[in-house]
Amino acid sequence: MTQLASLSSTLLYVAFVLYLIATAFFAGSIKSKKHTNQTGKNRWATIAITITIIGFVSQLGYFITRWIASGHAPLSNLFEFITFFGMMLIAAFIIIYFIYRAHVLGVFALPIALLIIAYSSMFPRDISPLIPALQSDWLAIHVSTVAAGEAILAISFVAGLIYLLKDVDLAKKGKQTFWLEAVLFSLVIVVGFIAATTTSQITGYESEFSHINTEGNEDVAEYHLPALVIPHQGELVTENRFASPVEMPAIVNASRLNTVIWSIMVGTVLYLLTRLIFRRSISALLQPLVRKVNLNLMDEVGYRSVLIGFPVFTLGGLVFAMIWAQIAWTRFWGWDPKEVWALITWLFYAAFLHLRLSRGWEGNRSAWLAVIGFAIIMFNLVAVNLIIAGLHSYA
Amino acid sequence: MSEITCKCGHVNPEGTELCLSCGRALTTDAEEKKTSDVMRYEGMARRSQTYNGSIIDKVWNFFSSVKVGVWLIVITLSASALGTIFPQVLFISPLEAPEVYYEERYGVAGEIYYILGFHDLYNSWWYLLLIAAIGTSIIIASLDRVIPLYKALKHQRVNRHASFMKRQRIYTEYPLYSSDTFSKIKDGLRNKRYRIREEDGNLLAEKGRFSRWGPYVNHTGLIIFLIGAMLRFVPGMYVDEVMWIREGETMAIPGTDQEYFLKSEGFTVETYDADEDKEVFGATIDRVGAIAKNFQTDAILLKREDGVAGDSSNLVEVEEHPIRVNQPFKFDNFALYQVDFRQGEFRSMSFNLVQKESGDSFGPFEIDLTQPEDEYQLDDDHRVELMGYYPDFSGFENGEPQSPSPVPNNPAFLFKLFSPEHPDGEVAFIAIQQNLEPLGENDYQLSFNGVETRDVSGLTVRKDLTLWILALGGAIFMIGVVQGAYWNHRRVWVKRTEEGGMLVSGHTNKNWFGLRKDLEAAFTNTGLEQPKDQHEQNLNKVSAGGAKEEENRDTTS
Amino acid sequence: MNNRKKKRLIVRITILSVLIAAVVYTLYSTLTEDERMIVKAGDQAPDFVLTDLNGETHRLSDYKGQGVFLNFWGTWCKPCEKEMPYMENQYQAFKDQGVQILAVNVGESEFQVKNFAKKYNLSFPIVRDSQKDVMYSYAIGPLPTTLLINPEGEVVEVVKSGMDEETVASYMEMIKP
Repeated sequence: MTQLASLSSTLLYVAFVLYLIATAFFAGSIKSKKHTNQTGKNRWATIAITITIIGFVSQLGYFITRWIASGHAPLSNLFEFITFFGMMLIAAFIIIYFIYRAHVLGVFALPIALLIIAYSSMFPRDISPLIPALQSDWLAIHVSTVAAGEAILAISFVAGLIYLLKDVDLAKKGKQTFWLEAVLFSLVIVVGFIAATTTSQITGYESEFSHINTEGNEDVAEYHLPALVIPHQGELVTENRFASPVEMPAIVNASRLNTVIWSIMVGTVLYLLTRLIFRRSISALLQPLVRKVNLNLMDEVGYRSVLIGFPVFTLGGLVFAMIWAQIAWTRFWGWDPKEVWALITWLFYAAFLHLRLSRGWEGNRSAWLAVIGFAIIMFNLVAVNLIIAGLHSYA
Repeated sequence: MSEITCKCGHVNPEGTELCLSCGRALTTDAEEKKTSDVMRYEGMARRSQTYNGSIIDKVWNFFSSVKVGVWLIVITLSASALGTIFPQVLFISPLEAPEVYYEERYGVAGEIYYILGFHDLYNSWWYLLLIAAIGTSIIIASLDRVIPLYKALKHQRVNRHASFMKRQRIYTEYPLYSSDTFSKIKDGLRNKRYRIREEDGNLLAEKGRFSRWGPYVNHTGLIIFLIGAMLRFVPGMYVDEVMWIREGETMAIPGTDQEYFLKSEGFTVETYDADEDKEVFGATIDRVGAIAKNFQTDAILLKREDGVAGDSSNLVEVEEHPIRVNQPFKFDNFALYQVDFRQGEFRSMSFNLVQKESGDSFGPFEIDLTQPEDEYQLDDDHRVELMGYYPDFSGFENGEPQSPSPVPNNPAFLFKLFSPEHPDGEVAFIAIQQNLEPLGENDYQLSFNGVETRDVSGLTVRKDLTLWILALGGAIFMIGVVQGAYWNHRRVWVKRTEEGGMLVSGHTNKNWFGLRKDLEAAFTNTGLEQPKDQHEQNLNKVSAGGAKEEENRDTTS
Repeated sequence: MNNRKKKRLIVRITILSVLIAAVVYTLYSTLTEDERMIVKAGDQAPDFVLTDLNGETHRLSDYKGQGVFLNFWGTWCKPCEKEMPYMENQYQAFKDQGVQILAVNVGESEFQVKNFAKKYNLSFPIVRDSQKDVMYSYAIGPLPTTLLINPEGEVVEVVKSGMDEETVASYMEMIKP
């Protein structure tokens, strides 16, 4: 079983590397001069999608072997869920790719999936046994459907981003130019988080603070990055470690805030470095990749993925969620923050569809809505688990 | 204003945009509107817009607007988000007073949150009104649209006016009409599973019309769901009670109208074991410590065959059943859930009577905390009289031992110790780690001999007769949303012109890519180029960075 | 045309009224949720039978024709403790006028209840509801709660707080046959 578990980790690693290679080939495919509209057959693209599929199969292998090793669906903590979400994103991309054959999607969808998988591995990766609340077949059914739904919806974000990169006139300074850059900047911050956390994991940096928690009791906070902010009445107990004098109130999880500050700092440094080296904004840097994109097609891909993803999300995030909640938590709906944010996501995409169907919000506006929708999904995925305490806090 | 007579002679009801017969635009307004906006409801009169007299009509029209509907959705989702900033009052411990809790923990922001009532946002009257408004909007907006849409789609004419054809997004004029090409297109479309109607060499091919009903089906599902949610408030439909039951106890089950009783045979907590359970869990168990594996109450359900409350002489055992997390015990529309527990509640305590000097010990005797006795006879000469029992001893008040609750959290006893030396007894007060001799030094004392504890299960009793309605609503919603999202309504018109040419146009409510593919297939054998997507052409004309087609458009519906 | 307009107006008014009625009902139910489940004034008092400290059984319906002062209490509850002597005093005054007190102890041991009765010299019947059976049938929340039941067996008032002696007297007056 332990062997199976390590095989599982290897397969995930292999998948990650393959996605990375496939991204390069997709980038090559749109540079190819032969195909101006970036669809249809193209040797680079064929290689790229083949590698993507092999990567997907490898990740599927990770999923299955881990399932066998642990005896339950590997969807029980943040690492497992976010990894699966990344895998579903790849699956959704493969499906949409075979419908529309738009290579440019790969150039953006794969890096985002890579980012998500890398992000997931920042959380504890041990195989953990299931607590009683999770011991149900609905774990696999509910969580996988939610992840699939959100992943398909995320494709609309990818399409929307590509649409905007081409559509927004970067020469003009305006709201759209600003916000587009802001979206890309936030992706760089995720890179910052991964970089900071990986560095700390490699160097093994660790420090502990004794502090007073919200209940007024003494507690110990663990830091894996030099403490720029310290907990309420925090005192460093590890020797030779950095501690700033900036103290947080008890309700703030200072250790987590510290990680966020480090991520933003590293992200900002990375961002400024790229700007310094290339002397252009990231939007402008990416724009050549989308120069030949068919806007109409991107709009359609974006809309189509919302249409496909919305029912799947409803099924997993609301219907299955309610069924399981009735069984496990005695009531189908209890206003738990995660539930509320699933409802918000659902209402948002419902508004998206009404605006599009009945009020003609297409193209640029629809693309922006897709970006906002993805932000809501990410908020629910990350922030609600880490910041807002609730029944779903299985870290 | 009344009926509109079209140039073709057809009489249309007031408010119609496109003639029901030939498809001509009837008003200049309709002519200028975007095709997709006019085609959405087939150019039919939407009732809401045609009558605007009384206040009832105004209210009706307000809720009929999709714009209003979208606003309601946006407001509701923003309000819902507000409710997650700080925990809702139902998640904070019932021991905390909310008016202090929010301010103490979250400062001024928390205080404002509480004052505005956001601590119980989802039960507030205004949040309920928002949901009600969305429900109203769904009903009225759907009614207003589905009826005219149904009529329009039912009475479609095959032969449409050239102006109607021309304004479709997919449109091409071919100079030559031949019946050979015509039948090839027809067969091509039929192979793509279009339903074909033909009239004087004109053609209407249609598929997936039922997807147009998707929105109305899913709205029906939502309304059924909301009705189900509302029915919860009808007496008898819904029970939500909590019961605490100790091991070995038999208790009435609240909410069952004194019909059912539960006996707890025992409560178990299991944790994962690094040696017994899977080896791969070892790392996690090392990292976080014990991980719970099972919470279980072994219960026996009893039913009172007859008799009134308080009469438990006719309890009949119905079923023995474990209650576990994720595996509620269901019976007769009720379900019992394992939700909580308290471990190690004192059940009995035993003591020895000890002569201090000699160390001679008498007893032991055991006090069952559920039914303490007045007196415990130890042997012929020694006995202990129980004068007072304080299950949750908290201190003295005016010399009187206090117990602010009936739960044996900290049992204390007042005893009188009788011995040959003291036939009138010595008074001793015993609590955990506390031994008082209030009336002076005694010769005897009680020494603690042992304790027995038991666990208490916290169970939720639930009955919800609305579940099947909610399930029905949910199922209908899912059917409707899939119907609307995974199918498309595609139509292709072929018109033979008087000049001997051929007009081909196509329309779909979404997924133009799919319609183009169908047309590509239908036109492959004709030798003609497939009809063009005018939108696509326009868009390709606008080069990179300049497609600002959205800027000047803000349509109303 | 005019006829159609009229018909439409009627349809719209009907639909809107149904919706408004539904919303009002839901709002009312939500805002008064806590109140609805409990046995309240005007209801027929649910019958029960419990045993007192002397082993005698008391059935509520046997007291038809008398007013019943039904008090739910616990030895640990301060306001209960405070009102017990008042009840005892007034019991002496009213027992010959057809008012009966039934004090229902919720879930405590016979020892505690007996001790308590001895301490305050209580002479009215004290019954024990050890399975919380009767408590649930009256959906009693916090203790003490007192129900005033008239000779017809109908609940006249539900008192959800402690009482002083005057109030106890006035309540007994209220249910006197």
